[in-house]
Amino acid sequence: MQSMNNEVDRYNLQPKKFIMWLFMISSIIFFAGLTSGFIVYSGDGAGKSLNVPLPKAFIYSTVIIIISSFTLHWSYLQTKRLKFEGQKLGLWITLVLGLVFIGMQIYGWAVWTDLGIFFINSNASISFVYVFTLTHILHIIAGLIIILTALASSYKKLPNVTNLFRMEIASIFWHFVDILWIYLYVFLLLSQ
Amino acid sequence: MSTIAIHNPAASHHDDHSHAHHKETFLTKYVFSQDHKMIAKQFLITGIIMGVIAMGISILFRIQLAYPDESFPLLEVLLGKFAPEGRLDSNFYLSLVTIHGTIMVFFVLTAGLSGTFSNLLIPLQLGARDMASPFMNMLSYWFFFTASVIMLSTFFIETQPAGAGWTIYPPLSALPQAMPGSGLGMTMWLISMVLFVASSLMGGINYVSTVLNMRTKGMDLWKMPLTIWAFFLTAIVGILSFPVLVAAVVLLIFDRSFGTSFYLSDIVIQGQVLPNEGGSPVLWQHLFWFLGHPEVYIVLMPALGITSEVIATNSRKPIFGYHAMVYSLIGITVLSFIVWGHHMFVTGMNPFLGGVFMITTLIIAVPSAVKTFNYLATLWRGNIRFTPAMLFAIGLVSFFISGGLTGIFLGNAALDINLHDTYFVVAHFHLVMGSAAIFGMLSGIYHWFPKMFGRMMNAKLGYLHFWLTFISAYLVFFPMHFMGLDGVPRRYYAFTEFESMAEWLSVNKFITWAAILGAVAQAAFLYNFFYSIFFGKKATQNPWESTTLEWTTPVEHLHGNWPGEIPTVYRWPYDYSKPGHETDFIMQTTPHSQTMSSNLAHDFEGNEEAERIQSKWDTEHNNINNTEEVK
Repeated sequence: MQSMNNEVDRYNLQPKKFIMWLFMISSIIFFAGLTSGFIVYSGDGAGKSLNVPLPKAFIYSTVIIIISSFTLHWSYLQTKRLKFEGQKLGLWITLVLGLVFIGMQIYGWAVWTDLGIFFINSNASISFVYVFTLTHILHIIAGLIIILTALASSYKKLPNVTNLFRMEIASIFWHFVDILWIYLYVFLLLSQ
Repeated sequence: MSTIAIHNPAASHHDDHSHAHHKETFLTKYVFSQDHKMIAKQFLITGIIMGVIAMGISILFRIQLAYPDESFPLLEVLLGKFAPEGRLDSNFYLSLVTIHGTIMVFFVLTAGLSGTFSNLLIPLQLGARDMASPFMNMLSYWFFFTASVIMLSTFFIETQPAGAGWTIYPPLSALPQAMPGSGLGMTMWLISMVLFVASSLMGGINYVSTVLNMRTKGMDLWKMPLTIWAFFLTAIVGILSFPVLVAAVVLLIFDRSFGTSFYLSDIVIQGQVLPNEGGSPVLWQHLFWFLGHPEVYIVLMPALGITSEVIATNSRKPIFGYHAMVYSLIGITVLSFIVWGHHMFVTGMNPFLGGVFMITTLIIAVPSAVKTFNYLATLWRGNIRFTPAMLFAIGLVSFFISGGLTGIFLGNAALDINLHDTYFVVAHFHLVMGSAAIFGMLSGIYHWFPKMFGRMMNAKLGYLHFWLTFISAYLVFFPMHFMGLDGVPRRYYAFTEFESMAEWLSVNKFITWAAILGAVAQAAFLYNFFYSIFFGKKATQNPWESTTLEWTTPVEHLHGNWPGEIPTVYRWPYDYSKPGHETDFIMQTTPHSQTMSSNLAHDFEGNEEAERIQSKWDTEHNNINNTEEVK
């Protein structure tokens, strides 16, 4: 009977994981839409390209989010080996790194506005950078919420199937927002 | 022993569900339901209500077009300051056109059509207990409902609903001071559409995940009914195109409310120069039409899928060219993403680029023609049963041909320069997208009504509904071709005031009366629909003698769809009138071992053991025809 229930669970989890993949595809399309909008706009003539250097803060935030991917993966491996203390520690570190990432991005905006490079700008290429980072931060926040659910389930006495499943979902999405940021950052570097 | 082993999981599953039934209240059963069949009904009824409203709106502006100089005091009673002295306000006219288009395209033909039939049929025809995520499915409906409420509530605000057309091109839509229809109404339009896209994405993601992961045993992709193929590909198109609309809308919101210049440049309003510089309104058109064109196929493809199923069932013949039907749907899916530029031929586009878009656009005629010919070939010498659903399906084929032909005109860059934004375009898309898709939807409603409500709709009222609607649709849209060829522009409040176009007033009157006829005809449908839910004739389990899985479920709905084990599928869904079989349909759940007299060589897909058994049976029973085919 127990094995049968597990069988049913396994059967139910696969489509849900697939839903996460499909959601990421629609996210990718969203950013593809924005970045192709950028290409169309900045290709329109001189004075419309990204003519100011990106804030240095973006390099640090890139490093931070890459590290956070590693910490989350470590936490996932710990969960697989049933070492739940490690799982909690890894999740907490990832959560903090995520918050620091958001802080770094906002600090980057502050640096730009201090230099007089505003969101409301007659060169919309610069407005685009703000929009990219803002919508990416929204994805980071979604990722943090998923990490919080994984964290919550690590404190509850749930079957490890559920616990591990939530860890998997959190990992998939967090690595995705990580790669998404690297894509956006490289894209912006190349179009300077 | 083996029986116990088979029935055990089913029994345990059933226990789970009866356990859940204890807690079911009115709220969880009818309102916040997570059951795909109930959600389908919610989508359908909301869609019908939205459709009636949008139809009423179209009658309002048709009255203005037919009688630009006459006063209708009743209008002032109904609309107040939007119709001073009984004549529609010219700005309000633009709002009516906008909201009519928005509601019809998105709320009726996207959510009402896909939302209803994908939800109903994907689990039932694939043999699944429910969607991949029933909770997300419920959210999808409630997001849609909220979007609908916000969209309709713009009629009750101080200014007026959005008025920049359903494509809301900036700068008109980006500047709140541009006209009354660009104010609060436009903001609410944008909010409503963001919610709508969220709903569509949640629905679409669920459909794709369910189709790919939750098919019953034996249901491989090439045994899926064409309805499922159509819903599946529609959902993929939605997932790949709707996010781009959100991206475009986000930028538009920043332009409207924060002062950025993505779409705005060099604008002077009432002598005042706006600070926005450097933006490009054409950028909006690129982003919008990257969604906007696939959206046309999101509207049409489910209708085509429903038609395939209904025509095959009621012709009592296998669908002609099943694989060709699937490949043509895939072809339309792929091509739909590389043709958006044909909406933009007159934006100053590089003629070479225009030529590229023209070629990709005209290539779509190929898969579309494949589908048309396959429908006709399925009908050819069929043992046709003219049910109301069948009539509407044939009506779709008619509109698909007559509307599709004008698409070939409009797809040509050179011709489009003349025809752009004229009534020719209006005629084209109302036939090929509007009428065709709504006929597909109505066909689906008549066909699957017994599955949804356990009762039958009245066929005689259905015939009346079909003929009046079919005739009035042609009477409304056919004359518009000629107006367009004469250069009559769309969206104009009173174009008959122009001397050169004054002669079209009589045609306008004719069209308006035909439209009123079409609207009145819907009363036959609405009465039939709502009456039959409660008092219709009780349906049998398989009223149309169809082969697909949904007709193996009990008439009374239950959570989980099948009381016992989910049936296994052994054959494709179109075994109608198979030679050698005693009935003219064979259910997908019937194994080949029970149909020895009608099996053909290709049924076994190269399974030599099965072929050997079949040929042995054939020699024993002197079944000459089949023996030859097997060898």
